[in-house]
Amino acid sequence: MTIAGGSLPRVTGRPLIAAGGEVAAVRSRRRRIVGLVIVLVVLVVLWEAAKWLGGDPWRIHASISGIAIDYEHVPPLKWRIADDLSVPHVWDIARAFVDPAQRGGPPLGAVLAGQALFTFMEALAGFVIGGALGLTLAVLFVHSRLAERALVPYVVASQTVPILAIAPLVVVALKADWLSVLAVAAYLTFFPVTIAALRGLRAVDPRAIELFRSYAATRRQILRQVRLPTSVPYLFSGFRVAAAASIIGAIIGEQTAGVASGLGSAILNYNQYYATAPERLWATVVVSAFVGFVFVGAINVAERVLTRGRYRPVEGML
Amino acid sequence: MTMDAAGASEGLASAAAGSAVVVEATDVGKVFGTGTAAVAALEGIDLKIRQGEFVSLIGPSGCGKSTLLRLIGDLIAPTSGTLRINDKTPMQARLDRDYGMVFQASVLMDWRTIAKNIELPLEIMGYPADERHRRAADLLRLVELEAFADRHPWELSGGMQQRVAIARALSFDPKLLLMDEPFGALDEMTRERMNAELLSIWQRTGTTIVFVTHSIPEAVFLSTRVVVMSARPGRISQVIDIDLPAARVVETRESGRYFELVTRVREALRQNEAGEDLDPVAAERIRAEGLA
Amino acid sequence: MTRAAVREWLPAIVVFGVVIVAWEVTLLVLGVQSFLIPRPSVIAASLAEEWSTLARGVVYTGTEAVVGLIVGVALGTVSGLATARWASAREVLLPVAIGASTIPIIAFAPITLNWFGVDSLLPRITIVAAMVFFPVMVNTVRGLTNVEPAALELMTSYAAGQSQTLVKLRAPNALPYWFTALRIATTLSVIGAVVGEFFGGPLYSLGIYITLESGHSRYPSAWAAIILACAMGIGLYLVAVALERLVMPWRTAREMAR
Repeated sequence: MTIAGGSLPRVTGRPLIAAGGEVAAVRSRRRRIVGLVIVLVVLVVLWEAAKWLGGDPWRIHASISGIAIDYEHVPPLKWRIADDLSVPHVWDIARAFVDPAQRGGPPLGAVLAGQALFTFMEALAGFVIGGALGLTLAVLFVHSRLAERALVPYVVASQTVPILAIAPLVVVALKADWLSVLAVAAYLTFFPVTIAALRGLRAVDPRAIELFRSYAATRRQILRQVRLPTSVPYLFSGFRVAAAASIIGAIIGEQTAGVASGLGSAILNYNQYYATAPERLWATVVVSAFVGFVFVGAINVAERVLTRGRYRPVEGML
Repeated sequence: MTMDAAGASEGLASAAAGSAVVVEATDVGKVFGTGTAAVAALEGIDLKIRQGEFVSLIGPSGCGKSTLLRLIGDLIAPTSGTLRINDKTPMQARLDRDYGMVFQASVLMDWRTIAKNIELPLEIMGYPADERHRRAADLLRLVELEAFADRHPWELSGGMQQRVAIARALSFDPKLLLMDEPFGALDEMTRERMNAELLSIWQRTGTTIVFVTHSIPEAVFLSTRVVVMSARPGRISQVIDIDLPAARVVETRESGRYFELVTRVREALRQNEAGEDLDPVAAERIRAEGLA
Repeated sequence: MTRAAVREWLPAIVVFGVVIVAWEVTLLVLGVQSFLIPRPSVIAASLAEEWSTLARGVVYTGTEAVVGLIVGVALGTVSGLATARWASAREVLLPVAIGASTIPIIAFAPITLNWFGVDSLLPRITIVAAMVFFPVMVNTVRGLTNVEPAALELMTSYAAGQSQTLVKLRAPNALPYWFTALRIATTLSVIGAVVGEFFGGPLYSLGIYITLESGHSRYPSAWAAIILACAMGIGLYLVAVALERLVMPWRTAREMAR
């Protein structure tokens, strides 16, 4: 959004980091972590407060490091949404990680960790393929307005197709399980990357391109030396969205293809047994969320490493 | 401050002696940052500006002229000294809406028509609708843009947008107009034309104007006084009275007195430059080795 | 203006026409009954045949999508306004919101079903609202805060109050950002509704219908439903675009002028 007038470059709310900015950056990161912790604590407090007011009766008979805790409480109100089946106690969810998933088997936490890793690998593979496809499309569209006008509506439309509807067909078509999961993950990934890459490749200052043309540079040279470096921040904002999408794609793909070793089947499995052990499904959800955080966090780190020392424009619209 | 400045700090305005003091700066200083990162943007600023004057602030980058303007406008606060606007604190002056501001970027709102852009401060200050429309129409006539009342900012050229920005700044009859290189983004011809227009507006409204600029010809052509500033730290080094006739036309730019004054300002600026070019250690070394 | 619009859309329409015709003709000529992706004419026939069921599904799923969309957008906008207002809240809540948006919402689908029961519309509405909430909130905050500093200085010089600055400067500035999020939200809403149904819903809901038909290898009808879901998503997207043109006529005029 611009406000008309002037030749000053658009400065967004955040000041450029100058000398002494390193300290500020570290301080703000620390503040953000503290903020995150506070939010989590508040969330837990609200969660348990709701259960205290309107959940199922509390009956805690446990001992923590030798200290016995006996607590019984009958909540005054009755909210179905706060009962133990809908929203288990936080400590029950925590305990579910430690308890064995199957009789005599390893703790749920370990099992979920393995499944999370598996899903992450598939998501990563899908991410790489989708990302490559997205970048290729973007490069194509930048160089050919005709191709852009002809194909972009379908790129956009492709995302309106509910992936879950296509997934079964992909599974049947591709026959191999892991290939289907990859395809689904890549399908969800390529779109945000295409859009972000297109914006980034186009965000180049036209005068820089004119300069290169005056050196009789080829289109490929312009691409490599000018467009790609400029597009890096935009690419990374697209990668963040794509990372989250690839995990969703991997989970959906696993569920449709019936892949047993990933989080997708874990979700289906614990959904079946929800009535007897709701904490397990919640634990799985927590692990899925964690995988999402880690993946996007890794992208952020990669961005910081790759753009070290360079001016990074603050993100604009999504 | 040189003897020149001490005498001229009240300057030509003594011709209008007795007119109210609009801006009074006493030993004003501004330091940004703390500790080792502290930067003294301004130091020991003494300045008196009377009603009806047109004062230009000119100097190299980093001399604090924009900072001084922002101090007057209460967008930032001084770290030392006192600043009185219309015999009030800058904040009170701002709350009383005593001044209007024009920046280098016209900062017009895309989503409003030209007329509505001019009405913006009036809306905020609570003027009734018919009063707003009347004032906007008057100002459009003043800046000769009546035909564009219902257009949008992007349909206008840079010079026209700045005229709208000036009209907007004047819409609530401020006694003081603060302008920060408003014509900096325009080409030379448009700039000269805008100078003439600004002067005619100034004469018709009698507003006091404080004008920051990089351009020596512009400063001399427009002002009753030119305040020359030096950098590191920002100080007033000289104040030069511009005794050109009150009615300034294109021919004024070609008069002998005009060139004399432009030369005076230029030399004042170069003096500052020469003085600060050398780091004291390097200066000592060069002197010691007889290279100076 | 129409000539420019035609030039803009012609290549895409041509591609569409060519693909459909080629698909139909190739399969017809080869005499092959493509199993997974039937001929367009076959799909069309199935669409007509199953219309009554499909129409019910469209209404059902469509309602979930639209209601969830409205709820999510409303909550997201309000949260965005609140977050943008207080700088300290912004520093903490914005990264949290961005982080929360990385959680695969789909993982929550079974849980919402357990909350509200299979017969209710609420599970999917909740999921759609959750999916839509984050882009809208994040973009609202960005739009409200990404204002040119000179414009803010101008408002300060007018001694404008916080609410005046919000109404006259920040809100109009935020509109393009908000509409970008709205476009994303419309496509997400249909996807969320259909995906949510995968975990449970009435037989005629599009999600369950597609799953059942695919499961029985009745691909023509499955594809008919998929195409309808697609059309719904595109339709909502176009509504968002139309709304944007209505609310921000100056943007379209500006783009035309360029």
